[in-house]
Amino acid sequence: MYGWIFRHLPGPLWVRILISILLIAAIVYALMEYVFPHFAQYGPFNLDVTIDPGSSSPSASPTSR
Amino acid sequence: MARTSTAAQKQPAPKSALQWVVQILGELLITAGLILLLFVAWQLWWTNIAANNTQAAAVDSLSREFDQATPQEIIEWDPANPVSTLEDPAHGQAFGIIYIPKLGNDYQRPLAQDTTSDVIDTLGLGHYDETALPGQVGNFSVAGHRQTRGAVLDYIDQLETGDKIYVRTKDGYYIYSVYSHEIVTPDRVDVIDPVPGQPGVAPTERLMTLTTCHPRYGDTERYIVHARFESWRPAAAGAPEPIAHLTTK
Repeated sequence: MYGWIFRHLPGPLWVRILISILLIAAIVYALMEYVFPHFAQYGPFNLDVTIDPGSSSPSASPTSR
Repeated sequence: MARTSTAAQKQPAPKSALQWVVQILGELLITAGLILLLFVAWQLWWTNIAANNTQAAAVDSLSREFDQATPQEIIEWDPANPVSTLEDPAHGQAFGIIYIPKLGNDYQRPLAQDTTSDVIDTLGLGHYDETALPGQVGNFSVAGHRQTRGAVLDYIDQLETGDKIYVRTKDGYYIYSVYSHEIVTPDRVDVIDPVPGQPGVAPTERLMTLTTCHPRYGDTERYIVHARFESWRPAAAGAPEPIAHLTTK
C-alpha cells in the first residue's frame, strides 16, 4: 500500500521523499491537534483529581466530575 | 504472466489478490501500532508541553496584571490578619498564582476557578468553588493533575511538614505551611470541608488543601496535602524572599 503510494507520487526520487515527509508530518499534526484530544476522553489517562461525593455522601458536594 | 515482458526485469512478479490483502492488512496493522504509540506520546508528553505553555502564559499575564494593580505606598499591615478583597471569580478565571519552592525553584502555576476538566486540563490548578478563597477563614482547596496536562502536582508526595506554599492574588501573598498529608478514596469530600474531616463544623482557622490523583498513573485514590495559614504580605510590601526571584515586583 505505502509502496504503491510512493511509486505513484510525482517527480524524481528526492521530490517523492519530500512529499512523503510532508504527508507524514501533516497526518501526525492532525492526529496530535484534533484526533487525540477528541479521543482522550475515552482513554485510560483521563484521570480524575478531584474529590467527588460519588454515591456515598449526601451532603453538599464541593465539586464533581 | 505472459503480459510482463519488459517490466518483469524491474518489478517483482505480480501479486495475487490474497497477497495484496495480506500486505495491506499488515501495513494497516503496523500503522495502527504506530498511531497508538503516538497517542501515548501525545498523552504523556505533548499534553504537558501544551499545558505548560498555556500556564506559563497565564502566569505571565497575571504577574503583569498584579504588578500594575499594586499600590505604591505600603500601609501598615498585620502578618497574622490577611486582607482579601477577592470576589468569587468567574468559572475558569485565573485569579492567582501558586508557588511551591519544594516542587522546583521556579515552580509557579496559575490558580483558576473551578475544578472541571476544561479548567484544570489547561490552567493547571483549580479552586473548588465552594471552598474559601486564599487567606480566608476556612479551607482554601485546590485540585491539579499529577500526570499529563502539565502534571502540576506530580511530586506532591515530596511535600513534608513545614514546606511553604505561597499564594499570590491581587491583594498580596498568602503563605501556608504544610502540616499533614493523607491518601483517601475519591468520595472523601470531607477532606475539603472548612474543617477537614469534620463536616458541618464552623471553621476558625485559615487552611489550605491540595488534592490530586493517586497512585501516580492512576486515579483509584486521592493524595491530599493540608497546609495551615502562616502569614501574609500585602502586594505593596513585595514578594517574600523565597519567591522574590519569580516575581517582577
